[in-house]
Amino acid sequence: MTALTASGAEAARRPQYGSISKSRRWALRWSYFFLVLFAIFFLTPPIYMFITSLKSSAEISAATNPWWVYSPTLDNYIELLTQNQYLIFFRNSAIVSVCVVAVTMVISVLAAFALARMKFWGSATLATGVFLTYLIPDTLLFIPLFKTFAFIRETLGIELINRWWTLIILYPTLTVPFCTWIMIGYFASIPKELDEAALIDGASWTQTLTKIFIPVALPGIIAATIFAFTVSWAQFLYPLAFTTSTDQLVLPVGIVTTLIKGDVFNWGQIMTGALLGAAPPLIIYAFLMDYYIAGLTAGATKG
Amino acid sequence: MAQVTLRKVVKMYDETPAVRGIDLDIADKEFIVLVGPSGCGKSTTLRMIAGLEEITGGEIAIGGDVVNDVPPKDRDIAMVFQNYALYPHMSVFENMSFGLRLKKVARDEIRRRVNDAARILDITELLERKPKQLSGGQRQRVAMGRAIVRDPKVFLFDEPLSNLDAKLRVQMRTEIKKVHQKVRTTTVYVTHDQIEAMTLADRVVVMNGGVIEQVGAPNDLYHTPQTKFVAGFIGSPAMNFIACRLEEAAGALRARLSDTLSLPVPASRTARYKPHVGKSSLLVGLRPEHIREEPRHPEPDLHLFEVMLDVTEPMGMETLVYFTIEGTEICGRVNPNAGAADGAKMRLAAELANMHLIDDSTGKVL
Repeated sequence: MTALTASGAEAARRPQYGSISKSRRWALRWSYFFLVLFAIFFLTPPIYMFITSLKSSAEISAATNPWWVYSPTLDNYIELLTQNQYLIFFRNSAIVSVCVVAVTMVISVLAAFALARMKFWGSATLATGVFLTYLIPDTLLFIPLFKTFAFIRETLGIELINRWWTLIILYPTLTVPFCTWIMIGYFASIPKELDEAALIDGASWTQTLTKIFIPVALPGIIAATIFAFTVSWAQFLYPLAFTTSTDQLVLPVGIVTTLIKGDVFNWGQIMTGALLGAAPPLIIYAFLMDYYIAGLTAGATKG
Repeated sequence: MAQVTLRKVVKMYDETPAVRGIDLDIADKEFIVLVGPSGCGKSTTLRMIAGLEEITGGEIAIGGDVVNDVPPKDRDIAMVFQNYALYPHMSVFENMSFGLRLKKVARDEIRRRVNDAARILDITELLERKPKQLSGGQRQRVAMGRAIVRDPKVFLFDEPLSNLDAKLRVQMRTEIKKVHQKVRTTTVYVTHDQIEAMTLADRVVVMNGGVIEQVGAPNDLYHTPQTKFVAGFIGSPAMNFIACRLEEAAGALRARLSDTLSLPVPASRTARYKPHVGKSSLLVGLRPEHIREEPRHPEPDLHLFEVMLDVTEPMGMETLVYFTIEGTEICGRVNPNAGAADGAKMRLAAELANMHLIDDSTGKVL
């Protein structure tokens, strides 16, 4: 009798275990739900841009369904791409971005190598300082930068304002700190024995960097490159503040200043220009995506 | 000719000494093993010979030239690291030839040397692979190959086998010994494993707390340790240390271990031990293999005693027995057929001809 009651109580106390496959199924359901939600949220604007870019001005202003094109036309594309102006913006943007990426990577790879590997007086403080620089918002930086450029014009007579190539000097103030920080982390994850082995094998610091560190840290370098390119391609505030003449503008500012005339918005061309402008980073992402992800998760697990 | 000489070598990290003035002469073609517990300064010493650590004081000479201020690449040394340190983006061939390519050695010469080294290490078919496609043992071979192709004056090994599993470690140990017999280069090898040290070395250097405790051939260290540390560090299971008091009676000495147990000191040691009669900090050191089962036929210099066994550990070819004397756990090695059992009484025999007497206050073997 006592034995029966005891076992009965035991059964009542036994905890309820869920099944692993069941909870996994639910986790999957939820993740798909949110993935679809995010996809809709982020894809709606570009789709809307694409639809609008295929419409004529008359159709855009007509009160029809904004999500459907009744008489598709490529006029916006033809007009924009035959316009000299837009091509100049595109060229300026391309040259600036490519140069900024090159300048940034040279500076940040060298700086990161020195900060990660050569222990010198103040190297740790300097590394933290680099990161702190990145925390200062660019909206705070452009006024003192503008003053500096004005000062250079007054004292040295070199005109830096309203010149598109000035942006090649300006953008690295935004890209170098972050890229250096990424590269410091990446270089620090390379085992110390690797450079010691290279040192014993007879490599100089430069050879250790070019023959060992850069090839081993390639995913990190590609991640930093993508970041630098994206920042300089999409930068709006600095070119808006530092360049004014039509032939000195880069893409983001160019579209806004030339296609909006007073209160007349040329929506079809604005959307077309923005869509075409978004293409280069998209193509780069698509090709380097695998490297980018590998770069961002570097050091997470022991390779 | 590449002898290595260390003279009063000191290494300080800020204010903490890692190596406190060591002297060591390594002969040409000799295989020297630095062994000791972690933090004893053995790796630091090796890295100072390599030139990866600056020398705070003293002098290091390779082949007769003082190299204190010579950068690693000009010391003509090669090093094998614990984690192999293979260049992950290069093939095995590129890994092994990296140093030669930097030195601008002719292409044919590089190919010849790499192929020779690959043949010695039996990795010829791996030359085109990347390090991540290799197993631990293969990586270790490649790391050794990278050292061999350079044909250096000195090989330096920094715990090269500690990342391998036990079976592979034994295999690679033999491999390293074979390679040394073929290549015959002066070798300095660091390990914390005393068995590795014993099996590989021409001479073993036992380090502790930044100083050298003793230098000697493996068997010398085993049979005539000079300090308690060496006596306890070399040999597995470790030597038993039992507190004792020396007593003199009728011209003979006895080591009293407890009220009921005292062991007769062999007559040959009487003169040496006599000045220590009555000292309070003495230990008897006796290796487990010198405590065995009672022999069937009486032998001289054996002292028989009976104990209660705490634990027995059958190892196959022998059985380890553990018992306690005055709170000290003692280990003995008996024949597996001697009938040792947990909690049983057993008659054991101590071979006192092999005893050591240690002054615990100085750590010296008397």
